[in-house]
Amino acid sequence: MIRLEINGKRHKVEVDPDVPLLWVIREHIGLTGTKYGCGIAQCGACTVLIDGKAQRSCQTPVKNVQGKKITTIEGIPERHPVIKAWIAEDVPQCGYCQSGQIMEAVALLKSNPAPNDADIDHTLSGNICRCGTYQRIRRAIHRASSMMAKGGKR
Amino acid sequence: MSNFINISRRDFLKTGAVIGGGLVLGFSVPLRYPLAEGTTPSPSFAPNAFIRIGTDNRVTIIVNKSEMGQGVYTSLPMLVAEELECDWSNIRVEPAPVDPAYNHTEWGNAQGTGGSSSVRSTWKQFRKAGATARAMLVKAAADIWNVDEAGCRAEKGYVIHDATKRKLAYGKLVRKAAQMETPQDVPLKEPKDFKIIGRSMKRLDTPEKVNGKGIFGMDAKIAGMLAAVVARPPVFGGKVKSFNADKAKALGGVKEVVQINSGVAVVADHFWQASRGRDALEIIWEEGDNSGFSTAGMREEYARLARTPGAVAKKKGEPEQAIAKAARQIHAEYEVPYLAHAPMEPLNCLVDLRDESCEIWTGTQFQTADRNAAAKVSGLKPEQVKIHTMLLGGGFGRRANPHSDFVAEAVHIAKAIKKPVKVIWTREDDMRGGYYRPMWYDRISAGLDGNGSITAWQHTIVGQSIISGTPFEQVMVKNGIDATSVEGARDIPYDIPNVFVDLHSPKIGVPVLWWRSVGHSHTAFVVESFMDELAHAAGKDPYEFRRALLTNHPRHKAVLELAAQKAGWGTPLPEGRARGIAVHQSFGSFVAQVAEVSVKPSGEVRVHKVVCAIDCGRFVNPDTVEAQMESAIVFGLTAALYGAITFKNGRVEQSNFHDYEMLRMKEMPKVEVYIMPSQESPQGVGEPGVPPVAPAVCNAIFSGTGKRIRRLPIRAEELKRA
Ligand code: FES
Ligand code: FES
Repeated sequence: MIRLEINGKRHKVEVDPDVPLLWVIREHIGLTGTKYGCGIAQCGACTVLIDGKAQRSCQTPVKNVQGKKITTIEGIPERHPVIKAWIAEDVPQCGYCQSGQIMEAVALLKSNPAPNDADIDHTLSGNICRCGTYQRIRRAIHRASSMMAKGGKR
Repeated sequence: MSNFINISRRDFLKTGAVIGGGLVLGFSVPLRYPLAEGTTPSPSFAPNAFIRIGTDNRVTIIVNKSEMGQGVYTSLPMLVAEELECDWSNIRVEPAPVDPAYNHTEWGNAQGTGGSSSVRSTWKQFRKAGATARAMLVKAAADIWNVDEAGCRAEKGYVIHDATKRKLAYGKLVRKAAQMETPQDVPLKEPKDFKIIGRSMKRLDTPEKVNGKGIFGMDAKIAGMLAAVVARPPVFGGKVKSFNADKAKALGGVKEVVQINSGVAVVADHFWQASRGRDALEIIWEEGDNSGFSTAGMREEYARLARTPGAVAKKKGEPEQAIAKAARQIHAEYEVPYLAHAPMEPLNCLVDLRDESCEIWTGTQFQTADRNAAAKVSGLKPEQVKIHTMLLGGGFGRRANPHSDFVAEAVHIAKAIKKPVKVIWTREDDMRGGYYRPMWYDRISAGLDGNGSITAWQHTIVGQSIISGTPFEQVMVKNGIDATSVEGARDIPYDIPNVFVDLHSPKIGVPVLWWRSVGHSHTAFVVESFMDELAHAAGKDPYEFRRALLTNHPRHKAVLELAAQKAGWGTPLPEGRARGIAVHQSFGSFVAQVAEVSVKPSGEVRVHKVVCAIDCGRFVNPDTVEAQMESAIVFGLTAALYGAITFKNGRVEQSNFHDYEMLRMKEMPKVEVYIMPSQESPQGVGEPGVPPVAPAVCNAIFSGTGKRIRRLPIRAEELKRA
C-alpha cells in the first residue's frame, strides 16, 4: 500500500512500488492532466511539483514520493498568475505539453520571481512543445512575473 | 451541403433521417469538459447539423474538424457566430459524430481534417448555417410580435424590434423556431460588415488546456477498461513466427496476451503492467523481405534512379536543348530523409466493442476511414460504429491514415479479448511505427545565359508515393504521377522558358504518409535552395534575382517584398550573422521567410530570427494565423536541424526524443509574422509556413559561410571550420 498526498488530498493506492508516479496519478488517482510524452525524462510533459520542485513523474518511482507533497496541474488554482498569463497570451495549440510547461513555469517563478530570457531558456528547455509555442510561453512567463510583482502574488 | 433542413422538427425526425435522430436526441459527448459541459435543455432548436440552441441561450456549435492545435474549435465557430449574431460568450463546441452531414465539402464521401483546408472548405457552409438559423429566429420573433420581419434585427443573442423597442433572447425563440420551415438561400453578409471574422478572438479551448481538464484520446476512460500495448515486428512487413507468453502472464496485472495481425498484444489492468508484460514476451519474428534494408543502400539506389528518366510531370519548351546550349550549366543533387510526425501525444485508441455496437474514443483526423476500418474488423455495419473525436495532442497528418492503422489494430484487440480496451503506443512505438514523410532524392540542373538569366530548368525527383495504395489513388495519381510528389516542383512560379520535371516512385517497404505540408516539405527546400545557388552563380542578390522572375506571380512577389522589407534585407547585421530568403506557395497560401543565422566554429547553427510574411487570402482569426506561422517555423526548423529517421538491417534507428530531437526553448528564434491584408478567398494556414523554413535557413548559412547545404538535416561536420 502506497500513501500519497496529491493536491492536498491523501490517497492510498495498491500498486507496485516501482511504478512511475505518472501512471499512478493518471490511472489510479484519475488525474489525467499530467501527460505521458516520452517516459524517459526527455520531454517534460509529465512534470509535477514534488515538495515544490518540478520533477519528471515518468522517472519517479511511486515509492520515492511517500510523505512528500505532490502538486499536479489540477492543483494549480485558476487565479494563479501563470494560468492567467497563459490565457492572456493564448499559449496552447494542441495543448498536450502545456500542463508540463505550466508546472515548470510555476516552479521557476517561485524560485526566481523575475526570470530573464536566459533563465527561461535554462529552465524550460527540458520541456518540448511539438506545436512550437515557445515564443508565447516565454511571453507568458514574463507576463506572469510582472503580474506577481504588481501584487497578484501567490 | 446543399440544403439545410430543420432537424428539430418532429416531422423530419419521423422520417428517420440519420442526422436528425442521432444529433438532437441521442448525441452526447462523454468525457469532454468544459467546452461541451452539460447538455442542451430540451426542447432545443437545431436548424442544421452544425448548430443547436437551447432555451438557456447557449449556442452549441458542432464542429466536424478535429482540433489538433490549429484552432478550428475557435475559427469555425467564428464563422457561424458572424452570421448568427449570437453572444460569443454563450458559445460552446462539440465534436461532430461521424455522419454524411459532416463530410468534407471537398473530399467526396469522407469526413476528415487535413490539407490546411478547414477554413477554406467551411467558409460558406458554416456562415450559411449561422445565417439560416438567424433568419429563422428573426422570423420567429416577428411572428410572436406580429410585426414585419424587415423591422427586426438580430444582435448578441437577441432579436430586436426597434420600432417598439422590444427584444427577445434566442432562448425564448427556440420552441417557435424549431417548428418552422427552413428558408433557403439566406443571403450572407458582405465582408465589409464582418464584426468577428478577421479579428483576433481568444481561443475557446485555452481554458481547458491550462487546467488539465481537456480530454485527449490518451485520457479517455470508460468503466471496465483494460490497457494494452503491442509488440510489433522490428522490421516493416515482418510477422510473428512464434511466441511464448508464460513469463508475461506470470506478471501481476497481465490479463491476456493475444496475437493479432500487427503483432502480439499484452493486455493488463494498467499500462505499466502491460508494458512490463511486453518486455517479458519471447517472440520469434519472421522478418520478411525488408530485413536487409538500410538508408545507405537506399541513398545509392535513389541516386542511381535520379540519373534515369522518370515519369514526366511537366514539360514546357525544350529544356534539354536549352540546357545544352546555355552559357553556363549548374547541377546539384539534394536529399532529405524520412521523418516521423512525432505528435506530442503518442498514438492511442480506446475501443468498446459489443455485439451490436462499437464505440471508439481517439484523436483522429480521418473519421470516415477509421469508422469504416472499425466496421470491417468488427464485422458490424458502419452505422453501428460510433467515433468520439477527442482532443488531438498534435496530428501533423499522422492521425489521418487512410489505412487506419491505430484504430483497426485496437478493434482487433477488443475483438480478441471481448473487453473494452485502450491501446497505448509508447513514444518508441510511435517513433518506430512507420507512416513517415518519405525520403527524397532530387537531381536538378539549370542553364544560365550570359546575363545570368535562367534559360532552362530540369528537375528529377525520386521518392515513394504516399497516395498509391490508398482510396485517393484514382483522383491523385495520374499517368504515374502522384500529385503530392511533385507539388511545389512542377508549378514553380519563376518565369523560366524551358522547364522539365520527372518523377520516380520506387516501391519500398516503409509505410509513408502525408507529413505537415506533404510534398512541399521537400520540394520547397530543393527549389528555393537551388534558386539561391543560381542567384549566386549569376552574381545577383538572391532577393532581387527571385523578384525579377515573379512579375507574373504578384502574390508571391508581394510576400517576398514584405518579408524582405520587414527583415531589413540588405541592411548590415551584427558580426557573424547572415540572412537567407525563400518564398513558396502551398495549400493556396503564399509565404516568404527571411532567416537570420550564425554558425559557430564547431559548425553548430543558431537561428536567431525568422521574419515571415503570409498571404492566405481572407483570414478568420489573425492571432491563430500568427500562432500557426510560429508553429510551422518550429516544425520546419526541427526537421532542418535534427530530423532523420534512418534504417539499418531493416530497423528504425531512432526511438525517442534523445535521438529524434525536437527544437527546444533555448534554440527558439524570435519569430515575426506579417499577414497580408487580402480580399481573396480564404486559404490554408496550418501547413504553408513549413516549406520555406529549411531553404531560408540554408540560404542564410551559404551567405554566411559559403557552404551549401544539399542534404538535410544540417550536419555540423559539414560546416565546421578547422
Ligand atoms: S513523459 Fe516524462 S519527461 Fe517525457
Ligand atoms: S501545444 Fe502541442 S505540444 Fe505544446
